[in-house]
Amino acid sequence: MQWTHVEGKDRGKVRLYALSTCGWCAKTKQLLMELGVDFRYVYVDLLDADEMAQAIDEVAQLTSQQAFPTIVIDDDRVIVGYRADQIREALGP
Amino acid sequence: MNAEDVDQEAIERLYERLTREAEEGGYHLNPDVPFTKNLVRGLIVNERRYGYPSCPCRLAMGSRERDRDIICPCDYRDPDLDQYGACYCALYVSGAILRGERELTPVPERRPPMAERRAQEPVLPASSLPWPVWRCRVCGYLCARTHPPEVCPICRATQDRFERFL
Ligand code: SF4
Repeated sequence: MQWTHVEGKDRGKVRLYALSTCGWCAKTKQLLMELGVDFRYVYVDLLDADEMAQAIDEVAQLTSQQAFPTIVIDDDRVIVGYRADQIREALGP
Repeated sequence: MNAEDVDQEAIERLYERLTREAEEGGYHLNPDVPFTKNLVRGLIVNERRYGYPSCPCRLAMGSRERDRDIICPCDYRDPDLDQYGACYCALYVSGAILRGERELTPVPERRPPMAERRAQEPVLPASSLPWPVWRCRVCGYLCARTHPPEVCPICRATQDRFERFL
């Protein structure tokens, strides 16, 4: 799957599942950049059918739904939606 | 042309139209203009990709039949405006949010998973009314006639957004 790497401070393995058209996804990505953390993101709507199915599966297993943005920290903590407080608390300085 | 390449002029045009239509119908677009124009861009991208402007914040399946409930304005806009003061994407906001009396908070996904959506299709008993009554799933407009109108006269949703109500 085509993940884009944004370099920054190591706060664990941070992944962002996003849609390229979604406003809250854009805000979430922007916040991660402001916080300066190292993360990878993927725009699920731009994937080919097989990879999209795989991404949907991964998100569904983590959250039992299908919503974007979904942030996964260390394969363990999951934040669904632009929850700025939770994101800051989990990844902020 | 790549679906992602949307020129600014197209965004401005649709933004103007949606603003006008929203205000005429008693709705409001989000006053955060850059945020809102980014969503408008998403609507244009989706219209080009799929042939209909599906919700920018939801993953479309690419078939009108399966994405019908999330063609913007989606079936979930009005309940979310009632409950949270904004639609899921926050393209539309309530008067209270517009006037700054209420804070914009994330709106949880209300759309049921696909299996449940199928199961929820209502099965109506045979009716004794002289005409069937059709309900617009977007705005709730009701009309009694042989078929639903081609376009909802209230919110402009297309015919396929209507359901039998009675
Ligand atoms: S009304 Fe809002 S939530 Fe619904 S499709 Fe349009 S932008 Fe998305």
